[in-house]
Amino acid sequence: MTPPSPAPTTASAPALNPVAWGWTMLGDVLDGPFRALQGHIGANRMAYVFLVPNLLVFGLFSFWPMILNFYIAFTGGQSVLLAERPFVGLSNFRELLDCPSYLDPRTCPVAGFSFWTGLWNTLFFAVVQVPIMIVVALVTAVVLNRDIRARGFWRAVFFYPVMLSPVVIAVIWDWILKRRGILNALLDDGTTAWNSLVGGPGYFGVLVAFGLLIGWPLGSLLARRVRTLPPWLLRLGCAVLAAAGLALLAGRSGLTLADYRPINWLIDTRSGWPMFWVIFVYTWGHLGFYMLILLAGLQAIPKDLYEAAEMDGTSKSRAFWRITLPLLMPTMIVVLVLSLIRAFQVFDEVYVLTGGGPGQATKMIIQHVYESAFIGDAKRYGIAAASSVLVAGLLLILTLGQLAATRKKAGG
Amino acid sequence: MATLELKKVTKTFGTTTVIHGIDLAINHGEFIVFVGPSGCGKSTLLRMIAGLEPVSTGDVTIDGAVVNDIPAAERGLAMVFQSYALYPHMSVRQNLSFGLENLKTPKPEIERRVAEAARMLQMDKLLERRPGQLSGGQRQRVAIGRAVVREPKIFLFDEPLSNLDAELRVQMRVEIGNLHQRLGNTMIYVTHDQVEAMTMADRIAVLKDGRLEQFGRPLDLYNRPANLFVAGFIGSPRMNFLTGELASTDQASATVALDAGGSVSVPCMAQAAASGAPVKLGVRPEHITVTDAGQGDVNLNVTITEQLGGESYLHGAMPSGEGLSVRLAGQTRVVRGDTVGLRLADPALRHLFDVASGKVFPPLT
Amino acid sequence: MITTTDVTGFLGARRGRSGLHWTDWLSYTYLAIGVMLVLLPIFWMFMSSIKSPRALVENDPRLLPYEQVTTPAPDGQRQLNVFELTRPDGSKADVAFVGPRGANARVYELGKPGDIFEAPRTALSRKDVISPRWENYTDPTIGSTQSRTFNFLRYFWNSTFVTVVATLMTLVVNAMAAFALSKYKFRGRDAIVLVIVATLLIPPTVILVPLFMTVSSLGMLNSLWGVIIPAVATPTGVFLLRQYMLTIPDELLEAARMDGASEWKIFWRIMLPLSMPALSVLAILSVMWRWNDFMWPLIVLTQSEVFTLQLGLSTFKGELNDNMHYLLAMTVLTLMPVTLVFVFLQKHITTGIANTGLK
Repeated sequence: MTPPSPAPTTASAPALNPVAWGWTMLGDVLDGPFRALQGHIGANRMAYVFLVPNLLVFGLFSFWPMILNFYIAFTGGQSVLLAERPFVGLSNFRELLDCPSYLDPRTCPVAGFSFWTGLWNTLFFAVVQVPIMIVVALVTAVVLNRDIRARGFWRAVFFYPVMLSPVVIAVIWDWILKRRGILNALLDDGTTAWNSLVGGPGYFGVLVAFGLLIGWPLGSLLARRVRTLPPWLLRLGCAVLAAAGLALLAGRSGLTLADYRPINWLIDTRSGWPMFWVIFVYTWGHLGFYMLILLAGLQAIPKDLYEAAEMDGTSKSRAFWRITLPLLMPTMIVVLVLSLIRAFQVFDEVYVLTGGGPGQATKMIIQHVYESAFIGDAKRYGIAAASSVLVAGLLLILTLGQLAATRKKAGG
Repeated sequence: MATLELKKVTKTFGTTTVIHGIDLAINHGEFIVFVGPSGCGKSTLLRMIAGLEPVSTGDVTIDGAVVNDIPAAERGLAMVFQSYALYPHMSVRQNLSFGLENLKTPKPEIERRVAEAARMLQMDKLLERRPGQLSGGQRQRVAIGRAVVREPKIFLFDEPLSNLDAELRVQMRVEIGNLHQRLGNTMIYVTHDQVEAMTMADRIAVLKDGRLEQFGRPLDLYNRPANLFVAGFIGSPRMNFLTGELASTDQASATVALDAGGSVSVPCMAQAAASGAPVKLGVRPEHITVTDAGQGDVNLNVTITEQLGGESYLHGAMPSGEGLSVRLAGQTRVVRGDTVGLRLADPALRHLFDVASGKVFPPLT
Repeated sequence: MITTTDVTGFLGARRGRSGLHWTDWLSYTYLAIGVMLVLLPIFWMFMSSIKSPRALVENDPRLLPYEQVTTPAPDGQRQLNVFELTRPDGSKADVAFVGPRGANARVYELGKPGDIFEAPRTALSRKDVISPRWENYTDPTIGSTQSRTFNFLRYFWNSTFVTVVATLMTLVVNAMAAFALSKYKFRGRDAIVLVIVATLLIPPTVILVPLFMTVSSLGMLNSLWGVIIPAVATPTGVFLLRQYMLTIPDELLEAARMDGASEWKIFWRIMLPLSMPALSVLAILSVMWRWNDFMWPLIVLTQSEVFTLQLGLSTFKGELNDNMHYLLAMTVLTLMPVTLVFVFLQKHITTGIANTGLK
């Protein structure tokens, strides 16, 4: 056995953890050149050095393309090389905007048809999706802001879809919504099970359950006003009445459902289902994010405001409308602006889920830009760029309009 | 050896000038305190010495060499900040050694200096803690330690004790004094607290509105204030000022007719001033004694008495309406509402100021 | 009638009262339904991803991966399905299904292949066993003939490379810029901040064409760098980090300067460690953006060797509609890394994002 080598006797600093050590070393290695540079140009001008990488990338891949976009919008041809792109003036814009009626894209030229279809679809999508999502997100946030057990768990679960990629979300829901998919199977099984339940002795069970479900809370409410009868009697009476009402109105056959015929949720051209599911799936994937922001906004409202309101005898609903909502307004504005801007750019989920179909029913404006430029044999970069200019203008007006509205509201 | 000299140093931010040409020479090993009310420019002056603010005009020289364009790191100074500015993500040990590592000091030398500073400041046991785990006084110590290990030519302190409670402040004052005794370095210390200035300084620079009002030893400032501002700023409770006008002057004294009634004579050289000129007579509260009403130089209607046991304070108003405070040794029977007579003590302890210029009429030498 | 006090009992937070009000029940029901809506599809997909292709084609709604028992036919050439026969006397036996005959089925009892008899179809019920099909996962990753088009390991590597490299670059590049814009005074600083904030309003989707041309002229098409670099300088990142760095006291920097640290060292050893909270939020956002990114890779990457997982998955979905079992398994693999990250860093991620309010 060899004796262990004597440990260094100095009371040296304890060993750093490897990450910290590596961090320090990397910094020290890079320090040499930077220090030399600093000696040359002075400490204050090092700011420019720190800015260079960012500005380089930003300029080349954000700022320059923004300017380039305008130029490309006035050029034609199919080349990606600027030099080979002929200047065509306003012809791209003419092709997009030369329609007898914007409301009916079929009257437009080919490019215009695609553009206006996408634009109207996107507008419809945004106008329907954003309010629904904000309301659901707000309700969820308000529920989570109550004295709820395991709030962290609920919050995490609602947020989870935000972490998933649009492609994954689209694949999952596509699988659920196929003609021979899980939703149709569930509805089919559900219909069958319901009918067999209602057809047999389960019918009375259904009546009792319905009676209790409707009658019980109704009886409880009634009990607050009617003090002459005991509450349990009120509840029971309401339950019996509700059950009897259902039995009289619907009867056994009225409760029986027709046999379920599977629906092609995403392909059915005659119904609004594809758009409905596009909106549903997109909301499913994004709701959690806005819920989280609204919840943070709610939690930032000082609790003593509510206590003060309670001391003043303010009712809960008044406190909600007069304290919660006004104080939540800044957050709501952020949520509104963000969700609208993003709804206008919807692409990934829809593209993978429906591909814009059936027909053009769910084709969005960004898909129009993408397909004009990158799909098919004719790469119409000019049309795509011109469309982008129009979309950017629209977005800018939208955002500035909202900011102005906010400012006015805050000022008044 | 480290001497510091400021030559006509000014500082302007945009169009506002905050330092109006200050000349100051500091010798090696001196403990200098910059004192003044907030906004007087004392911190700016310190930061210019440190190299954290560029000098607008004038020169800062250390050991005779102009350092205006030398970066802070290379001036060989160390600074203790008001907020301590300890690196919150580093342990105390790392906080102490960070600067030495930057200077490429050999490892054993770093360890020796850290250990020594830790022992000197009694923080051996704190070396592996983070600043967040330390009390205010301990943080203060670490901040001083970080300056000590650098073995700087000059220590700079920017209101280092203002975040501590009163008791700790007294204790740290003593410790910094001891540190200065032991190291013998030049130290420059900024504070707005004249007690700190009086107790710690070898020499005090009183600043106001970016100008140097007076620079001298603490007792000189107390005994021979150069102007109204210094007279009022140094000493606690502050000096009483009695307005009046110059009645007559001769070679060795001036006679003042007080607004509060009566006249007193002050030994000073005031021949240059015209009689009738508005003046202020300054008398410290401890240089006044109490007699019966009407017996002294002036009467005082007492409105507040403060009995501290070992000493007592009377606050009240003179017939002119001016306020005045008196400090008495021991306890007193005077109660609120009494009218007492005041006798201004030894004429040599009276100060006479010219209201127009604010300057003192020079005392006889 | 529901009175206002009841509605409003729901709106206010009820704390410190014992027992559950009916609004509490309503809340929990709402949450439970929501959680089911979120988790059931994913859970169901996970359970289905280990089902046999046949179970998927049959659209078997049962959660567990049931599969019908089969037995080799006496001729040894095909597999016969096994059913459970309930005899008129109530006794049961496992039988192999040979073929139909009218309303009856020709079957034989297991172990007695010679004795084929007829039994009414109604007396037969499928005999199922639970048999998870892990091949759904292994085939595409190892690469069997049927799933050649989904080269999971390659896509996974591409996605990981893009995510890790892009996130590191994003952090360093934006932190440097944020440092310069928050802790130095120089001419043009405010203008740069203004331009960067303004680009927050212009979505990157409206510069697809010129960006494509720029990337193409730099020869970065079909290269992962073409995906990584353009979005490295994100205005969100600069904005977020700058806001945080503004809160770090200048005295710390001055102390470091007095300590003889170079500006780089101040950045590396003081600013970066102190900005950790903001940096980790940006890191989380960046990982989410990059891992889930679809549109820009779709434009830049056209060859399957450089596909990211998202591209591979969407292509796979388009190509192989009958290979649902592989698609589901690969979807699970694709969402797994993000899910694991989320499970472990859930609290960090939600609070971080809630505090910044940006995505």
